[in-house]
Amino acid sequence: MEIKLQDLTKIFQAKDKTETVAVKSLDITIPSGKLIGLLGPSGCGKSTTLYMIAGLLKPNNGRIFFGDEDVTDMAPEDRGIGLVFQNYALYPHMSVQQNIMFPLENIKVPKDEALVRAQEMADLVGIGDLMSRKPKQLSGGQQQRVAIARALVKKPRVLLLDEPLSNLDARLRLQTREEIKRIQRETGITTIFVTHDQEEAMSISDEIVLMELGEKRQMGEPQDVYDFPNNLFVARFLGTPPINMYDGVISKKNVLVNGKAIGTTKGADGEVFVGIRPEGYIIDKDGPLELTVYMVETIGRDTALIIKVPNTENDTFRVIVDASERIKPGEVVKMKIKPKKMFVFNKETGELIN
Amino acid sequence: MLEKQSNVKAWLYLLPALALLSVFTFYPLFNAFLLAFLKDYVYGSATGFVFMDNFKNVIADPNFNQAVKNTSIIVFVSVPISVTVALMISVLLNSIKKFQGLLQTIFFLPYVTNAIAIGMAFAFIFNESYGLLNLMLSWVNIDPVDWLGSWETGMVSLLIYTVWGGLAFKIMVFLSGLQSIDKQYYDAARVDATPKFRVFTRITVPLLSPMIAYITVTSFIGSFKAYRTIVGLFGPTVLPAGTLPDESFITIVGLIYESLSKSDTPGMVSEAAAASILLFITTLAFTIVNMWVSKKRVHF
Repeated sequence: MEIKLQDLTKIFQAKDKTETVAVKSLDITIPSGKLIGLLGPSGCGKSTTLYMIAGLLKPNNGRIFFGDEDVTDMAPEDRGIGLVFQNYALYPHMSVQQNIMFPLENIKVPKDEALVRAQEMADLVGIGDLMSRKPKQLSGGQQQRVAIARALVKKPRVLLLDEPLSNLDARLRLQTREEIKRIQRETGITTIFVTHDQEEAMSISDEIVLMELGEKRQMGEPQDVYDFPNNLFVARFLGTPPINMYDGVISKKNVLVNGKAIGTTKGADGEVFVGIRPEGYIIDKDGPLELTVYMVETIGRDTALIIKVPNTENDTFRVIVDASERIKPGEVVKMKIKPKKMFVFNKETGELIN
Repeated sequence: MLEKQSNVKAWLYLLPALALLSVFTFYPLFNAFLLAFLKDYVYGSATGFVFMDNFKNVIADPNFNQAVKNTSIIVFVSVPISVTVALMISVLLNSIKKFQGLLQTIFFLPYVTNAIAIGMAFAFIFNESYGLLNLMLSWVNIDPVDWLGSWETGMVSLLIYTVWGGLAFKIMVFLSGLQSIDKQYYDAARVDATPKFRVFTRITVPLLSPMIAYITVTSFIGSFKAYRTIVGLFGPTVLPAGTLPDESFITIVGLIYESLSKSDTPGMVSEAAAASILLFITTLAFTIVNMWVSKKRVHF
């Protein structure tokens, strides 16, 4: 089921009549059968968007289409969605089985069939042997699987997940995100999930939608968005450690940082922001950048050099180098930049120049 | 050492309350048990101990059957009705957005109003010649009824009054319970196309079951002690001169008061004590059953 959001806007009005635009003219087309991550910092409108798709919130403007069907004015129960809440909202007084069967009872599925379907779903999410437990007797990860099974059992057209992994501990999170990917693959259901965790979004999504201040900043396959950020926000938001952002100048198609040319650009002369991914540095004794290593973090697979440089956004930033480079704190290292890892942004609009 | 010290402090803090409780609760309680087994007690002296005689006298009292009958009707009719009605009103109140605070206050007002005052107001509503109820009935051409004149209609009036009088507190407890239920359960139910009535029976009631159990148990206990309501509606004499035993509105507590009012007759105080103990045992047994049942039904 392809989902199309057209010019979707949501304004919340507080008691004192102050208005907050939570979602602003959002245009997104979500391809059928894909797993899509809505990603952004808290307050960017991603959950609001999800709840508008679910029908629990009414947009002030814009339309929502499921396929060719306009569902904007449709009640949530008529939309054919399965929704997994952030804290799962499992009915505490019902067993796992009763929880999963509840949606089926509402649409009057005969009991025998409902039992079979509930068991199928429970097996799919891997909790088939816990059917008689109460939610309280389950771990966080198990509860979440119950919530997914309950959302899927009525065969919805769309599965929506609100921060599905935020209530799980770090190890369970890794395991569960693979699980969500697997379940989505096996069912082929169009799935949208909301997260503020970029790693989570990048690792399992077919495509990610980056949102900021209620607006879409970029949408695309995770690697594409990482490799070709459209603007400053996307470049800054994606990537751990974060991108290194310098104040720079373009002069005759050369990008200068602290007076040294580190690359070329097609942009016009003027002041710019220059972003370089931490993995975009190559140690080279003829390199234009001269960096003083302040501290060295050894991870094992590679090494992070903590550098203090004037004219950057933060006092320090990290440079990832190969672990075979034995560098000591205090050393001055000369580096050049991988052209593909360098992005030049307009200082006013934040748009990519390159 | 440290533990001992804090123990002493705890007892010290409890002392004022304990002193008052001892004088006004524990001693009378103990004394009631003692009185119930004294023979021909009058004006502080008794001729000896008896085992069951005082209890036998209570049961042989011509008003005992009527008291049990009246009390049972009040307990088993008014409590289920008022709990159900209070639940309905709470759910409706909780679902409206406008004027919720105002309506909550209105529904809670009876709780802070004196029962006798409410009783008098109801006595006026049910009055035969100028009562509001008969006035309204006259609009639909129904002849005036002497509501408080016969036992049957009087009992109906009493039950209406009792149910109404008990609503306020129940509504308040249910409302606070309803407001503490996570809204996400309702969102989840909505997404799953749950009909309103099923949301009520399958989600609201189970999640509210601790409150419902609490209210049911305390209401049953309260109704077993019904007396104030009767005085409020029918006046201070529960056994007016000339009424037949099966026409009176005497309750068990009323019977206790009746016995006490004849405290100058040897043995009557002991009879009152025996009646209180019977009431106590009945209420206790009933409460234990009640708790046992609700333990199986309450989900938390």
